[in-house]
Amino acid sequence: MTTIDLGLPSIGGLDGVPTTDDKQSAKDYKSDQEVRWCPGCGDYAVLAAVQSFMPTLGLKRENIVFVSGIGCSSRFPYYMDTYGVHSIHGRAPAFATGLAVSRPDLSVWVVTGDGDALSIGGNHLIHSLRRNVNLKILLFNNRIYGLTKGQYSPTSETGKITKSTPMGSLDNPFNPVSLALGAEATFVARAIDSDRKQLTEVLGAAAAHRGTALVEIYQNCPIFNDGAFDVLKEAGERERRIIPLRHGQPIRFGARDGSAGSGDEGGEYGVTRDPNTGSLQVRKVTEVGESALVVHDASLADPSYAFALSRLTDTTLAHTVTGVFRSVDRSTYDDAARAQVQEAKDSRPADLQALINGKDTWTVAG
Amino acid sequence: MSVDLGNDASAGETGIRKLDRVVIRFAGDSGDGMQLTGDRFTSEAAAFGNDLATLPNFPAEIRAPQGTLPGVSSFQLHFADYDILTPGDRPDVLVAMNPAALKANVGDLPAGGILIVNTDEFTKRNLTKVGYDANPLEGDSLEAFSVHEVAMATLTQGALTETGLGKKDAERCKNMFALGLLSWMYHRPTEGTERFLREKFAKNTAIAEANVLAFRAGWNYGETTEAFAVTYEVAPAKLASGTYRQITGNTALAYGIVAAGQRSGLPVLLGTYPITPASDILHELSKHKNFGVTTLQAEDEIAGIGAALGASYGGALGMTTTSGPGIALKSETIGLAVMTELPLVIIDVQRGGPSTGLPTKTEQADLLQAMFGRNGEAPVPIVAPRSPADCFAVLIDAVRIALTYRTPVLVLSDGAIANGSEPWLIPDVTTLPDLSVTFATEPNAPDGSGEFWPYLRDPQTLARPWAVPGTPGLQHRIGGLEKQDGRGSISYDGDNHDKMVRLRAAKIAGITVPDVEVDDPSGDATVLALGWGSTFGPIGAAARRVRAGGGSIATAHLRHLNPLPANLGEVLRRYQRVVIPEMNLGQLAMILRATYLVDAISYTKVAGLPFKAEELQGVFTDIIEGGAL
Repeated sequence: MTTIDLGLPSIGGLDGVPTTDDKQSAKDYKSDQEVRWCPGCGDYAVLAAVQSFMPTLGLKRENIVFVSGIGCSSRFPYYMDTYGVHSIHGRAPAFATGLAVSRPDLSVWVVTGDGDALSIGGNHLIHSLRRNVNLKILLFNNRIYGLTKGQYSPTSETGKITKSTPMGSLDNPFNPVSLALGAEATFVARAIDSDRKQLTEVLGAAAAHRGTALVEIYQNCPIFNDGAFDVLKEAGERERRIIPLRHGQPIRFGARDGSAGSGDEGGEYGVTRDPNTGSLQVRKVTEVGESALVVHDASLADPSYAFALSRLTDTTLAHTVTGVFRSVDRSTYDDAARAQVQEAKDSRPADLQALINGKDTWTVAG
Repeated sequence: MSVDLGNDASAGETGIRKLDRVVIRFAGDSGDGMQLTGDRFTSEAAAFGNDLATLPNFPAEIRAPQGTLPGVSSFQLHFADYDILTPGDRPDVLVAMNPAALKANVGDLPAGGILIVNTDEFTKRNLTKVGYDANPLEGDSLEAFSVHEVAMATLTQGALTETGLGKKDAERCKNMFALGLLSWMYHRPTEGTERFLREKFAKNTAIAEANVLAFRAGWNYGETTEAFAVTYEVAPAKLASGTYRQITGNTALAYGIVAAGQRSGLPVLLGTYPITPASDILHELSKHKNFGVTTLQAEDEIAGIGAALGASYGGALGMTTTSGPGIALKSETIGLAVMTELPLVIIDVQRGGPSTGLPTKTEQADLLQAMFGRNGEAPVPIVAPRSPADCFAVLIDAVRIALTYRTPVLVLSDGAIANGSEPWLIPDVTTLPDLSVTFATEPNAPDGSGEFWPYLRDPQTLARPWAVPGTPGLQHRIGGLEKQDGRGSISYDGDNHDKMVRLRAAKIAGITVPDVEVDDPSGDATVLALGWGSTFGPIGAAARRVRAGGGSIATAHLRHLNPLPANLGEVLRRYQRVVIPEMNLGQLAMILRATYLVDAISYTKVAGLPFKAEELQGVFTDIIEGGAL
């Protein structure tokens, strides 16, 4: 097999999508449909964040499409005044792939959940990440099945007592960020529904990325898994659990208690690399010194660093890494597919009669 | 007109004998290149101007154990000086490249048939492998046939000694030796094959020349030895005037897809996953990206159709290709296409089922799956080609329906059509139907609100508007949930659902399809033989035999299975008996019995191969004579 270097230029995620100078507001992105999530659902916060964020892109609204699968989060497209498709369970990435390949002038967003993306649709998720189609995938992770009323999900912690697992669930959960990195995703990030500022930043980075961007959003289900992420929201707890990533900066977190050696930028904890195993670990800055901290680099070609970062998070939420884990350039499937078609068009005329005639014809006289 | 009886218009015992038709079967090990050999002979017959029909028959394994019965691959070719309908029931000539091929095929050779055997493979070991206690070439078991023993491998190697090619490589050219010999016997043109070999092996001229040499050696063997006293001529067929080519069903479907893209002005996206016997459509289409065709080999069947539907939503012509197992996986997405009322064409190249079944054998047992294999009331139009060449027009018609009525359409081909070939009267592309579409561009709400209602229907076709993303002011949301009639918002209202279910059914029922035509030359038939799909050839050939014997029978063939032609009920009621031969257990018969309360006789067979004309002739005759089967 020979491989061909497609030599595609590096371009932004929104290149080719028509823009507008018209002033837009969050209100422009609200559809006339009544929002029907449960009171207190984390989806409201994400919807509001997205509706506020979209105007900042300056795109023509008619060139934005939200595609979803099935589940609570997948009702999202109905509430956005853009084009939208509520498809079938797990298949949104497949539908969105066909759309994105055939329409480079669209900004295509996929809204999915932990069951939709990681259980029934796991195959489509990993393959869209592998292909690097120019899609933005928002994975709402509430660690439970909500729409079917409370069964455990592929991100539920082992031993979870639910309607379908009265003696506790048995399966080991997925870490969605680890999974995406294993599929060689070019952009992977995590945010929390309640942190509007960081969520908006992550959405901006995802939109700017050309290729599949996976954004995991921790989202509270107040009915079937209420408080699953409360420890990440409580003052005093969140500071020592959330590890926010900033490209080019040492990974440091924790309360800014002003204690000796902590420095102005704060945080009594930091992430260091174990020289023996190469894995990452959380250490007190006072014990290892500031110079020992890992400086975050989301652009590393080798995904093992980002994967090591993702392993700092487990279902106990003792530590949760948020922000952009990885953002690298790689040619996208949809650009490459269109380039092939264009190359073929440039090199051979579309002569239908010649095609169907083929090489060997014979004529029967009348 | 000649009839399909295999008349031998003999001119004498020696010299050149004129025949009106011949059936040749090449049989060998799957590694022997029998499909290629058959393909080339087919091209020679086509170039000569014969009518022809072919039937490849090969195992599902790529290379089953060498020399065994499961590893036998064969290619049957029927060519004639008149219009024929089938690849032939039985071979007049059987070429057996090894003992397994002989054992597997000799039962089909009628007494007096010509048997050409490659003796080199008849070793004790090979004979034992297939259960021959003694060499059949030595006993009298083959005395009913005209047997020609030819040491093809030895002769081929001998012809290639000066090329310096290794023994193994030289021996591999023996299929071209066989082709050369048969080409001589039947006075076939040879230039095409030599040109083909030089193109096929362009990267290795030594191999190319060796194959050409082997081909010529086979020809010269026939010419110079006295083993073959007689050669045969089959004159060109008097087909309708025009330009022809040879084509397989899968190629014709691929060309139909390209043509539909050109005639609609839409880019084409084929989302698919490899599956026997449909993969060749993907292979062919992937070569024609210059026509604005994108081929997407997805991660699975579901993603294939999902991508196709996504492309349709964006205003492209979405297509997907598969076989029965793939239809099972695609069912939920077909339902989504029914609900979202988007154009989509799904090609099912049927094979033996259920489950993995018989991947390389033909069957037409997916009809009820195509009709009903979805949750809820999910009607889908169905069209079925009757022969390889018919695939092109059927695909264009499927696209017409999909675009006009905004609906998924199922095309039911089958393995025999997919791999079989026949002459195709090539259409003038400027005469193909105009498939251009109009996208919605303006708000359409009848209340003057300036809103866009995605489910407001065209009063004639009941189709909803196709409003593609990028159209300003028409932003809307669609999906699998039930929609409010007209406005298109989510609706759980029972009465609205009842209305929408009936509207979707009425839309499909209202698709215009041509009336079914009846062929009844005598005009006094009381029995009608009705078929669909690839049974067209055997039914027609059997009817000719019945009529040649003085009997009367009417035939009719359905291209449209859903909706059925408007005149079908009246046609069925016109005859005392209606017989429906199918390669399933009576699926069309069940539909027609339910739809028209007609007491149709179902004649069925699911043996992986098409019906034989002889067999159906017997069935028809029995029914005409009052038998009940």
